[in-house]
Amino acid sequence: MRAFAETLDSLSTTPSRNGKLALLTAYLRAAPDPDRGWALAALTDGLPLRIGFRRILSELMAARTDPVLFKLSRDFVGDTAETVALLWPAPADPAPPPPRLGEVVDELLNAKPAEHAAIIATVLDRCTVRERWAFLKLIGGAPRVGVSARLAKTAVAEIGGQDVSAIEEVWHALKPPYTELFAWMEGHAERPDPGNVPVFRPLMLAHPVEDADWPSLAPQDVAAEWKWDGIRVQVAASAGDVRVYSRTGDDISPAFPEIRSAFAGVDVVADGELLVVRDGAVAPFNDLQQRLNRKSVTSKMLRESPAHLRLYDLLFVSGEDIRALPFGQRRAHLEAWHAQVRPPLTDLSALVPFATFAELEDLWRGAREAGIEGLMLKRRASPYLAGRPKGHWFKWKRAALTLDCVLMYAQRGSGKRSSLYSDLTFGVWRTSAGSNERELVPVGKAYSGFTDVELRDLDRFIRANTTETFGPVRAVAPKLVLEVAFDAVQPSTRHKSGVAMRFPRIHRIRWDKPADEADSLDAIMALIDRPAA
Amino acid sequence: MRPVETWLYPASLGLYCEPGNFYIDPPRPVVRALITHGHSDHARSGHTHVLATSETIDIMKVRYGANCAGDFQAADLGHAQSINGVTVRFVPAGHILGSAQIVLEHNGRRAVVSGDYKRAADPTCRPFEVVTCDVFVTEATFALPVFRHERADSEARRLIQSIARNPDRTHLLGVYGLGKCQRMIALLRAEGYDVPIWLHGALVGLTALYQNLGIDLGDCRPASAAADAELRGALVMCPPSALMDRWSRRMGEDPVRVFASGWMRVRGRARQRGVELPLIVSDHADWPELLDTIVETGAEDVWVTHGRDDALVHQLSLMGRRARALALVGYEDDAE
Ligand SMILES: [Zn+2]
Ligand SMILES: [Zn+2]
Repeated sequence: MRAFAETLDSLSTTPSRNGKLALLTAYLRAAPDPDRGWALAALTDGLPLRIGFRRILSELMAARTDPVLFKLSRDFVGDTAETVALLWPAPADPAPPPPRLGEVVDELLNAKPAEHAAIIATVLDRCTVRERWAFLKLIGGAPRVGVSARLAKTAVAEIGGQDVSAIEEVWHALKPPYTELFAWMEGHAERPDPGNVPVFRPLMLAHPVEDADWPSLAPQDVAAEWKWDGIRVQVAASAGDVRVYSRTGDDISPAFPEIRSAFAGVDVVADGELLVVRDGAVAPFNDLQQRLNRKSVTSKMLRESPAHLRLYDLLFVSGEDIRALPFGQRRAHLEAWHAQVRPPLTDLSALVPFATFAELEDLWRGAREAGIEGLMLKRRASPYLAGRPKGHWFKWKRAALTLDCVLMYAQRGSGKRSSLYSDLTFGVWRTSAGSNERELVPVGKAYSGFTDVELRDLDRFIRANTTETFGPVRAVAPKLVLEVAFDAVQPSTRHKSGVAMRFPRIHRIRWDKPADEADSLDAIMALIDRPAA
Repeated sequence: MRPVETWLYPASLGLYCEPGNFYIDPPRPVVRALITHGHSDHARSGHTHVLATSETIDIMKVRYGANCAGDFQAADLGHAQSINGVTVRFVPAGHILGSAQIVLEHNGRRAVVSGDYKRAADPTCRPFEVVTCDVFVTEATFALPVFRHERADSEARRLIQSIARNPDRTHLLGVYGLGKCQRMIALLRAEGYDVPIWLHGALVGLTALYQNLGIDLGDCRPASAAADAELRGALVMCPPSALMDRWSRRMGEDPVRVFASGWMRVRGRARQRGVELPLIVSDHADWPELLDTIVETGAEDVWVTHGRDDALVHQLSLMGRRARALALVGYEDDAE
């Protein structure tokens, strides 16, 4: 536990990727099996523990701290596990040093659910504050220490002098604590057999197009597609099985059974955008969000929010790896394959024809239909490359919309902004029917987009104009206009105003503008995405 | 006996003592100001008459110039004087050099305005003295139960160990220029770090003042005078704002960025600043120190000036004490 805690602690503050990689590699080389395998699991897919982590932590803390102080602390720290680590009271009697990592995991794996809380409390009693934090990160899922699953796998690959892609190709056939993986890297065993499980292949990602990119692009060398506002996925199908992977390689198959059925018996690895499509029109992103992170899906959800896959690309077809082919040729494979197999619930992301970039820019400006975020530009000659290679694929997002809203409520931020009122709820004016009375209705909430100086000024304004305080929230006199930028507005039954903004962020603080000149609800309604025809 | 709130209360210019006709640490210029300590949110320029400890007056003059107030009067620690019938006494606060609590007595009631304070040992200033009182006016910078500072000497040793482990990298230590800077130097010296310490220009003046006032800080030199090669493997101190800016590029490709502050208890804060080695050293009371101090003063009433007033007021009500937030403007909740 001690070595793991020290490593995780340093990782969390080591800024450079190379520094992190060196720390991780050193730990994975030195730590014994199965400790290092469990550590690797924590940094990648999570430990295979079924513990009610949140519930246990809140029970343990309820018996040890005041709920109001816990809540204030949690809001400040921005992370529950870290808050518990900091607040955990030292036991009255001196405790022995903490157990080995493998011991704790074994104990938790073999325990009944009712025993989990007591095991966790005993370990916490035996730890220092840094060890408590590391232990809770270990068993609590995503440790958020700035180490991606890919970086952790890269560290493993370093042990064996391999490239990370070698690890990724076999990864989905492996299970924690990954003893055979370390044995392979250290040269004691053969490469693990990935078998028939359809494995995730790292996706190719795009860069935002910048002014400096345009001179290097020629219209005839570039294909354009609409950028769809869904979830980027990879469908990996083989005779044995079908998996749907998120862009980070998370297996999200259970949430989308209809996509799995659509690819049953097909032998292909395809890249596409997962959408909810209702009566031929792309539904608001929220509908798709509702279906994510579900272990099982109700038939009502399947009926009301049917999934659809809009295909971009093929990586494998009939067992053949075509990633090295240029985009143009892969596209031809995609079209031919789709015409022949026609899996249900799929279509192709159409290429947008254009002769000049000026013409394309007009199309881009006009793109206001639901589900379109902008354009994608792909070099016809580029192979399918893992990661985010420079100069091949570009995303050209449509410009944000802006509205002038009035600040209504403020809350202290979490984590790094916890001492300042940085979470802001804002509204617009609504005229009630049959009268001239106007009231503010909240339309959104945003956290980001300030400089430190602005935050400080804003904080001062909020303190000076607080009308009411409830818990961490302050109601603020309706005086300050915020120019809010957002990507789209969608109807919502969950908001009192009846609308929801997508990706709102504060664009500017309009210290100069009187609040009664802020926008009205009607102005927002006019921006609601109409479903594409 | 008049309750304290009838003669000491927050007015528009700051915390005001009505019969004495003076303000304590006012954020705006006033005719008569009593100053607890030299930090810029407590000591401002432009007052007509200033009463403060002689060290605080020296600090104000270094920061704002010799004419930053109409006139200065030095208060002797522990010595009582009367201002328009209000008895006033300055007592050590343990926060930084010259820092004082201001004890006020009027009509048989006693209030202690503590300014900023800490209870942990500090080789650069006199320790906090408990004064029993009816009303204790306290800061709450670190008033959340997550804040338990580490022992400052062991944090200084962690820095020395990191310097020894990374002989090719410059260690760049971010500190507030008044108090934390000189305390860290004194702690490092006490742990045996006796090679030159290099200072960013913004830290030179106040460090020289500490040395002139008799605090031994060893060999401190301006970083601007160093040859680049001298900074490899050395310790360079700078204000927090310089940790990531252009100036820090002189420190080689990959300096170890260190920050000594109570905020470093929370990882998000360290990550926000790109700090690789967070040292949890504070010149403010942590949660247990705040609660212990309040209990020791025996105050029935606790007024909270700045910081996490919500948590402290709540905890004191759980402990059966009257507590309220003064909601004074102009103090930095975050400065350390
Ligand atoms: Zn201070
Ligand atoms: Zn202060």
